Amino acid sequence: MNFDFADEAPKLVMLLYGLVAFVVVVGGLLLLLDVVPNWFARRREARLVAVADAGPPAGAARARRPRRAEGLFGLFFLLPTVLLLLVGLVIPAIRTVVLSFMDGGSDAWVGLRNYGWLFSQDEIVRVLINTLIWVILVPLLATTTGLLYAVMVDKARFEAVAKSLIFLPMAISFVGASIIWRFVYAYRGEGQEQIGLLNQVVVWFGGEPRQWLQEPPLNTLLLIVILIWIQAGFAMVVLSAAIKAIPGDIVEAARLDGVTPWQMFWQVTLPSIRPALIVVVVTISIGTLKVFDIVRTATNGNFDTNVIASEMYNQAFRYGETGQGSALAVFLFVLVIPIVIYQIRNLRKQREV
Amino acid sequence: MTTAVPVRAGTAATATDQPTTVGGRVRKRLNSRTATVVSIVIAVVWTLPTFGLFISSFRPEDQIKTTGWWTFFSDPQFTLENYQQVLFGRSSSSGQLASYFVNSVVITIPSVLFPLAFAALAAYALAWINFRGRDWIYIGIFALQIVPLQMALVPLLRFFSQGVSLGGVTLMPAWDLADEQRFVQVWFAHTCFALPLAIFLLHNFVSQLPRDLMEAARVDGATHPKIFRTIVLPLITPAIAAFGIFQFLWVWNDLLVALIFAGGGDETAPMTVRLAEMAGTRGSEWQRLTSGAFVSIVIPLIVFLSLQRYFVRGLLAGSVKG
Repeated sequence: MNFDFADEAPKLVMLLYGLVAFVVVVGGLLLLLDVVPNWFARRREARLVAVADAGPPAGAARARRPRRAEGLFGLFFLLPTVLLLLVGLVIPAIRTVVLSFMDGGSDAWVGLRNYGWLFSQDEIVRVLINTLIWVILVPLLATTTGLLYAVMVDKARFEAVAKSLIFLPMAISFVGASIIWRFVYAYRGEGQEQIGLLNQVVVWFGGEPRQWLQEPPLNTLLLIVILIWIQAGFAMVVLSAAIKAIPGDIVEAARLDGVTPWQMFWQVTLPSIRPALIVVVVTISIGTLKVFDIVRTATNGNFDTNVIASEMYNQAFRYGETGQGSALAVFLFVLVIPIVIYQIRNLRKQREV
Repeated sequence: MTTAVPVRAGTAATATDQPTTVGGRVRKRLNSRTATVVSIVIAVVWTLPTFGLFISSFRPEDQIKTTGWWTFFSDPQFTLENYQQVLFGRSSSSGQLASYFVNSVVITIPSVLFPLAFAALAAYALAWINFRGRDWIYIGIFALQIVPLQMALVPLLRFFSQGVSLGGVTLMPAWDLADEQRFVQVWFAHTCFALPLAIFLLHNFVSQLPRDLMEAARVDGATHPKIFRTIVLPLITPAIAAFGIFQFLWVWNDLLVALIFAGGGDETAPMTVRLAEMAGTRGSEWQRLTSGAFVSIVIPLIVFLSLQRYFVRGLLAGSVKG
């Protein structure tokens, strides 16, 4: 045993500080919101009394006051959020754009050189292509698997259990998932007993064991399997809910018309769940663009498996090339924008209907 | 779960719509049979990797390294040595995960509480307080979801390490945090990054509360803070629970934010960082990797399994209703 409680004490003290800060900030804010308006109300009352004593009141000024108080409330409710978002997201995002036009140490302006570098370096082009493969395959296959499964287990016995089996990987960290799958892909030399399931299966079928994670382009596909494994559960849950929401009379009418299950799927189920389908594909696409943990844990980006998000980490935090890292981050941002605009337009259309 | 055999959607067998021809009946049987087989295959493929990891984590080191985990069933050997080693081992290579486990807990709790509280406040303000520019602020926050984390990392790290100065005037000194104090950075970062999604999800719930209820409360003279505390908070508890689980899983499983803001030391780094490191440097030490991975999985799994219902509700609120 080597677990010294004394070593952990400072951390727990920090946790205590954190909790105290939470109580003070949130409690303080609510208290402030309670006390300040009361004070204003009392003052207004006092002034009204004073005005009533002195002469006729100024009606216009009084009519506007409640509205301004409302604005004040809104401000206080939003204050922490707006501050945090400015410091944590808005300003950093703007700064990253600026940094992407500067050199590695952020000392001199280099114009578009970092962006030129993006498309001229063979390794980086490889990274961009890999990302493209990820973002095409993962949403497509994860959604298809999720949809198939949702349709197939719908109304089946043990539906709840069957669904939670697929959904479970959602709770596992990408790091954990990568280790799980690295174990599946594990390799031992020919003739030795295999410990990785995949190689064992290959051997059972009379093949030779392979070093799966070191053979491009196969290794990228095998990493993609990991993300599909994680995301299919998400797709399945959302689509399953959408399927259950299809009005019963539509299904009934189709059935009276004598459609086959196949036609039912293509002509009733699929069109009815189209909005949910779009949301799932979009959400998974965005998640896929940002994937970092899997590549880092499984291959560390070696053997031609790197993607934009992890190359950005390498450039900015390992090689100290802040400019190039920032350019990659901005490029990632640019890739995400059209997807999100598409989603917003869809949402709006949905609301109008 | 009402029918006796697993069948495809929409073909639930009732007495009236049984296919009349023999061919139709055979085809239907085949269809449902294929569906059952395919779904079982998918379920097995999805479960097997985790199951293999779980079995392996209890096998002795030499066994893990020389034979596949499936031999466990013909030659069962069971040990807790791996867990003992990976959690409390003395050598630097052993993992010492117990310490990182504490870090994960310390990181997670405030990183869930802060965004929840701020997001609930903001969601209420955006839904029920009338002030100018409300819709624009909401759209702005929604749009912030598209900023990839990666874009915020470098400047935020500088913000912590160098402070803020404008034209030589220091507006905010550097935080200069060391050791345990770096937890604050991690909490701060997680809180910022969680807010857009949290506000979006909670706003969906808060804005669906009945208007009559709110107006009645206003007429009775309740102020906004009072309405928020006594009416809104109790009503949106399920939504808060749903997002709480969301955020918990997200923070617990995060690698990127922790890697950058917590550093790699055993004072602040969470388990994911340590595991990723072990996978990189000791990729063949399967006895440690399997048990280590399982230690990191077990807490989210418990949370997830016991609160699955809420989690799914939160997921659906964000994605389907929009």
